[in-house]
Amino acid sequence: MNKKSKFLSFAVLLVLVSLILAACGTPATTAAPAAPAATEAPKAEVVATEVPATQPAATEAPAVAGPNCGTDAVVLKASFETGFDLPFKLAEEFTKQYPNVTWDISQDQFANLINSTPLVLASDNAPDLLRLPTMVSFAKDGLLLNLDPYATAFGWNDWPVPQLNQNRIDADGVRGSGTLYAMGLNYSLTGIFYNKALAAQIGMTEPPKTVAEFEDLLAKAKAAGLQPIMMWGSAKSGMGLAFPLQNLMAAYGPVGPINDWIYQKAGATIDTPENLIAAQHLEQWIKNGYFPADINAIEYTDAAARFGKGEGVFTFNGDWQNAGYDKDLPGNVGFFLMPPAEAGGGYAAMSAPLTFGIAAKAKNPDCAAFFLNWVATNPEARKIDVAVGGSNPGGPVDAEMPAVAAGSVTAETLAAGPVMGADGGAMDFIANATSSIFAQGWTPELQKMVAGQQDAAGLLKAVQEEYEREIAQQ
Amino acid sequence: MSKWSGREAIIGWLFALPALLMYAVFVLLPFLLTIVYSFYKWNGTGPMTWVGLKNYVTVFQVPNLIGTVSNAFWLVIWFSFIPVGLGLVVASVIHRLATGRFGEIARTVLFLPQVIALVAAGIIWGWLFSLSGLVNQILKFIGLGAITRAWLGDFDWALSAVGIIGIWVLLGFCTVLLSTGISKIDPALFESARIDGASWFTEFFTITVPLLRHEVSVCLTVTVIAALAAFDIVYVATAGGPGNSTAVPGLQIYILAFTQRAVGLASALAVILMTLVIVVIIPIQRLSREESAQ
Repeated sequence: MNKKSKFLSFAVLLVLVSLILAACGTPATTAAPAAPAATEAPKAEVVATEVPATQPAATEAPAVAGPNCGTDAVVLKASFETGFDLPFKLAEEFTKQYPNVTWDISQDQFANLINSTPLVLASDNAPDLLRLPTMVSFAKDGLLLNLDPYATAFGWNDWPVPQLNQNRIDADGVRGSGTLYAMGLNYSLTGIFYNKALAAQIGMTEPPKTVAEFEDLLAKAKAAGLQPIMMWGSAKSGMGLAFPLQNLMAAYGPVGPINDWIYQKAGATIDTPENLIAAQHLEQWIKNGYFPADINAIEYTDAAARFGKGEGVFTFNGDWQNAGYDKDLPGNVGFFLMPPAEAGGGYAAMSAPLTFGIAAKAKNPDCAAFFLNWVATNPEARKIDVAVGGSNPGGPVDAEMPAVAAGSVTAETLAAGPVMGADGGAMDFIANATSSIFAQGWTPELQKMVAGQQDAAGLLKAVQEEYEREIAQQ
Repeated sequence: MSKWSGREAIIGWLFALPALLMYAVFVLLPFLLTIVYSFYKWNGTGPMTWVGLKNYVTVFQVPNLIGTVSNAFWLVIWFSFIPVGLGLVVASVIHRLATGRFGEIARTVLFLPQVIALVAAGIIWGWLFSLSGLVNQILKFIGLGAITRAWLGDFDWALSAVGIIGIWVLLGFCTVLLSTGISKIDPALFESARIDGASWFTEFFTITVPLLRHEVSVCLTVTVIAALAAFDIVYVATAGGPGNSTAVPGLQIYILAFTQRAVGLASALAVILMTLVIVVIIPIQRLSREESAQ
């Protein structure tokens, strides 16, 4: 209803505007925008950035030991992702605590960041701090600052190991170990969200402990006439079935080879017997009608909204959606990690850092690094991190976890993090293995599987071929 | 037969210079660079490696790349033939029946899609074509509930659904251009035809269509290019999905160059697309020239 009236008023507005334009006799030629993806992101332009280049590692500031922002006025030039409030809120708080630091922030959509980041990094006006959509090729081209000296200075290397590993790249361009090129503002966690009321309706009293138990619940939901799983699958958002697929992979096989594939270790393949079992389960779920019939046309935001309106007992997603779920279905959304294949098996999940790096050409690298350290260690910053971002803020082992409202889904995702961490089950996303494996591999092949034009074996083979082709192009 | 003195010629060139410079920098240079890049492996910022014709070989080997060309040709029917054909009929009907205020309004309404930002239009069409959208509601209402589906997510129908969006976008352009053409035809011709008792049908095929050759060829040229080099409409409607069933070369070039950062491979596909467009367009141009020479 809401959507309809919005649509109506929008349509009326469009017609009015168009009529006015037409009446003015504007010889409107094709108004097709050249830039796709509707980026109306206001580009905060540089007003005055004559920042005196601070000497790296030369600590003249008396108060704090190690690299810091000093006491002179500093303008930190930053590039953030549109639509995610967290870095903006953190920047605000940082200036409150360190008034000599002000910000010059530009922002853009994630898809556009992928396109523009290499050019921005290579320019003379490179940002100090930036959201990194991908990193290996930037690091290889020498566009990113080596953060190892800062890791030593701030003691980052003593933090729980998995936090930093995803941001390390070795000499061969393989992620997972080697030089540190980025830090996470926080560490997202993915799993299965469920509608508590609907789950109770199908007799779910506690989260399933095995894949078989979960599949049993899916069958019950189907039999009860409910939508078992809400998921998105339009190419415009990328195919969401990559989430359950990867969860199934980690349930039926070890996490190591999956990460090797994502990190592009030599000879890594996704086409393994374990992954075939996983893909066969997904294929069966599709055939059983566990996903919406129109999934190939559903976008991410539509799926989140439909789940929020009570369509779907379960949905695979990440904790970045927590705030939305808590708003749509307050107190009625629960979370559990994908259960293992066998009872007592380890838990695994996709968990990726919200990656921020420092440009090799940055003018204020010390201050940017100090900010990254501050985000993970300052109590106020950690509070913002959890409240706005919904994810684990990471940081030292003994850092205090900010309190969250009991019964909120954030409380459940934060509690699940250490369970997965203890089992060593953290994975990056199979969609991030190369910059376009999602667009050119997973999305089209999984869409074909939905339409019955691709089977489990063919899926893995096709994606592996695309993967090798893309790596050869790098 | 030099009409101009040297001085006048120089002044003339000076007037043209700003435009020529823009043309050279923003059209000719990228055109040449695209050809050069197509022989290299390059990620846009790092070092370039000469690979000869390897990028072209890859384009022809990978079904996801060369296979998209057939989608582009299928779109020619929707983006070009139907809008031009329909545009002729609509322009002629407006000319015969709806002169004055009503004709003005009809033309304005048909032209609206050209003014509306395509991204907004893409969102609206996404709703219309969705499982619970207006298109399916109408189908259910008239008793065709059995064929309802998520049109933009259906392998068999997505490309045609994109084509319908294309008709919506391009029909107004064709109608306005052809209407202008009709208004330039000597009214005495229509008048005498009507005195002789000619129906709209006869009038259409004996006067309107033959005398609009030039306008039709302009419409065909513009819309065929819009179809073969399609990017924007497809990007906002389906982004190539489901499963590459609506992927077109323009979209693949974008993904290759900017997402995958395979600038060389993208350039090779761009050069092939450019060649294809030229090969298709030249006969259309020649046709119009030959006809006008008669």
